[in-house]
Amino acid sequence: MRLKPTKLRVFSQITFFLLFLFLLLRTEFRGSLSASGSEVRLPYPVGLFFQLDPLVALSNALASHALYRGLLWSLVILIPTMFLGRFFCGWICPLGSVHHFFSSFKSERKRGKQLIESNRYQRWQTTKYYLLIVAVVAVMMGTGIVGWLDPFSLLVRSLGLSIVPATNYGLRAALAVLEHSRFAPVQTVGGVLHFMLGTLLLSFKQPYFRQGVWLGVIFIFIVALNFRITRFWCRALCPLGALLGIVSRWSVLGLVKSAEHCNDCNRCLLRCQGGDDPAGGVPWHQSECHLCLNCVQECPEHSLKFKFFPRQKTVGTNLQRRKVLTGLAAGAALVPLVRSTPGFAAERHERLLRPPGALEEEFFLSRCIRCGECMKVCPNNALHPTLTEAGIEGLWTPVLVPRIGYCETSCVLCSQVCPTGAIWEITPKEKGWSVDVSGAAKPIRLGTAFYDRGRCLPWAMATDCIVCEEWCPTSPKAIYFRTAEVIDAAGNVKQVKQPYLDPARCVGCGACEHACPVQDRPAVYITSVGESRSRTNQILLNRRRG
Amino acid sequence: MGTDNTALSRREALLKLLRVAGAGAGAAGLGIWLSEHSWRPEAALAMAAKHGHTVVADPNLPEMAIIQGGEPTQLARQAVEELGGMRRFVSRGDVVLVKPNIGWDRTPEQAANTNPEVVAEIVRQCLNAGAKRVIVTDVSCNDARRCFQRSGIAEAAKLAGADVILPDPSRFKEVDLQGEVLHAWPVFDPFLNVDKVINIPIAKHHGLTGTTLGMKNWYGMLGGQRNQLHQKIHESLVDLADFVRPTLTIIDCYRILLRNGPTGGNLEDVLLKNTLVAGTDPVALDAYVAKAYWNMDVDALPYLKMAANRGLGTYQFEKVRTSVKKLS
Repeated sequence: MRLKPTKLRVFSQITFFLLFLFLLLRTEFRGSLSASGSEVRLPYPVGLFFQLDPLVALSNALASHALYRGLLWSLVILIPTMFLGRFFCGWICPLGSVHHFFSSFKSERKRGKQLIESNRYQRWQTTKYYLLIVAVVAVMMGTGIVGWLDPFSLLVRSLGLSIVPATNYGLRAALAVLEHSRFAPVQTVGGVLHFMLGTLLLSFKQPYFRQGVWLGVIFIFIVALNFRITRFWCRALCPLGALLGIVSRWSVLGLVKSAEHCNDCNRCLLRCQGGDDPAGGVPWHQSECHLCLNCVQECPEHSLKFKFFPRQKTVGTNLQRRKVLTGLAAGAALVPLVRSTPGFAAERHERLLRPPGALEEEFFLSRCIRCGECMKVCPNNALHPTLTEAGIEGLWTPVLVPRIGYCETSCVLCSQVCPTGAIWEITPKEKGWSVDVSGAAKPIRLGTAFYDRGRCLPWAMATDCIVCEEWCPTSPKAIYFRTAEVIDAAGNVKQVKQPYLDPARCVGCGACEHACPVQDRPAVYITSVGESRSRTNQILLNRRRG
Repeated sequence: MGTDNTALSRREALLKLLRVAGAGAGAAGLGIWLSEHSWRPEAALAMAAKHGHTVVADPNLPEMAIIQGGEPTQLARQAVEELGGMRRFVSRGDVVLVKPNIGWDRTPEQAANTNPEVVAEIVRQCLNAGAKRVIVTDVSCNDARRCFQRSGIAEAAKLAGADVILPDPSRFKEVDLQGEVLHAWPVFDPFLNVDKVINIPIAKHHGLTGTTLGMKNWYGMLGGQRNQLHQKIHESLVDLADFVRPTLTIIDCYRILLRNGPTGGNLEDVLLKNTLVAGTDPVALDAYVAKAYWNMDVDALPYLKMAANRGLGTYQFEKVRTSVKKLS
């Protein structure tokens, strides 16, 4: 028995999707009880799919005039695409596979005719090329918004920051019902399930992300579009699909339609993924085809075949000059327009705390693809997608929220997973938070801590506290105290230790803000001034930069 | 008479009325029942789980052993031997909880966490004495996964045969600590329902109290808003020590953290002392180590007297039976 090529394709899709999911779930430091090792690194190459992504490579090359670590691997996808066409979209892309799966529910019996018509090539399928043009020009002008639409950015951001945390929440709620049951056997089942899910799926702690709900809703909407039009995302919006479509123009593998056998039944259109017109009487759109091979299989007359060096006229990417120019103009205008507001240069948001290793804002915004890998991996759930803190162009870039989680002293996982070098890879030693940071060493600083004495217990309420000092990770500590005599409400003289901050030693990790017992609005908080990545966002004349 | 096609037959109309009336009655019944069960939601009642873990005192054996001048494993072995051997503390079939300090994301050389070799040796001794299960755990301050791994304690304890349990946030139980300032608090559940508890803190500097020793280590069984405890630190230390009443306390002074505690980080803050102080009187142990390494008198640490008043031990460490041993 011969294995059907479409079966092979489904196998490939499932394999790559599971690989993607596995790597996503392992974009988390799970701790090892049997390893010590002073440096903590992730055991799996969790950024693999980004490194294979030619769009990320292109964006990175345009932003940095170089290729960051590992992005050369994207040639593994790019070069075969030049010869074979968009096999990546049909066989590998995990987001494509999600769309493929959700598109496959449309019933042939009920909607066969409609299905065939909806799978003919449509002019709106060129939208993705114009989006690609806008994004590429924007990245040349200095902002990496291509990541809003890049399929892996979209998938990691949506699943990692919304769907996976939601799944965690749901499973934990269900497990809690079992584990708190009044019946011992149910409790046991709950315990066993908890253990199994814990090793496979659940995060160590329930993760939460700002904007998680919106990221999830957008994702569900994009997936739901498949119920109307098969793989609408891939056909109309995906900029990676567009890029691969363009480079497949000279592909040597093509669809050959033998007109003498075709009886115009149009069955080839029934399960067509790309909307590339495999049917008789019209030219085939090479750059739209995902090579899913459904048409070859469906054809009752066996009149469709993929052949190398076919002698047949095909249509490549067919763009309108006027729209291309509009796209170029839109991309070029975008960045100057958003930067005409003061946020980027003149009035940076005080709480825009970037992760350690992040480049200066100008370089950061052009390299960051808003994928959320850094947020997914952060062990303290400290990194969150921005909404307006970094301006409109900075939507979904990472920001540290110390109240939710501080930056762990010797952790550099976000810099390890960043696929583009927006967070440049650093070592714990380069981060430099465990030694005397005021001396010759130049630690990475995220910002500076400030006290709100009106809310601080020893300053305002004659009460002992200094938990901030206890948690301060530098040595000598950036937070010091003086014993002071205060008078409490009853008129008694009392001695308390009042905290102060030494800005020369503060690295802005946010541990003090996180640990402050004033739960809603902490009495000590971090703002971005003094961040070592910036030359201008500084306070002190003599504070060394990293 | 012809049938009226626009209306239901009497039979059908009656049935329809019955259905509607049934649904209405059901809704009314359910509503009345629910309205009788309305009360303001209360947090789950804290469970009473307080029980001591001490063993009977033996007048022929020392209450405190100070072992100096050896490597961590030797020191731990000798300390337990001086106190009468682990069989005095652990009986066959016991479940033992060993509580090191695994609070911070630091390596052993930085002396912010208990020495892993001391922990491993105590685990081995418990198992040799016939313990059914030895649990090693702590509720860390920094990210627990990093603390457990980088302190070296998880690896060492696991190799020695212990169950190393990470503080899973879903495993805390609301417990009534029955203290003077501490009442209902979430406690990590492995700390409940064990037969014996062995406390292995490390001696460190601490900003608020000057030093953190044995009793302060019990913060590490709590979840919740632990950062409030500093407001009444002495009272809460005593409440926790009273709640646990450990079988044995071993203060790790192999390396001590002299400054910038309890987090440390800088190797210049660490002093090698090659010492272990073990015993059954947690108050005397804290008093001795505070005096020996920080030159702090009893009056500088008010919790010592409070603990003595609560019957947890004596702060006059000079008066307890002490065995001092120097290993070569």
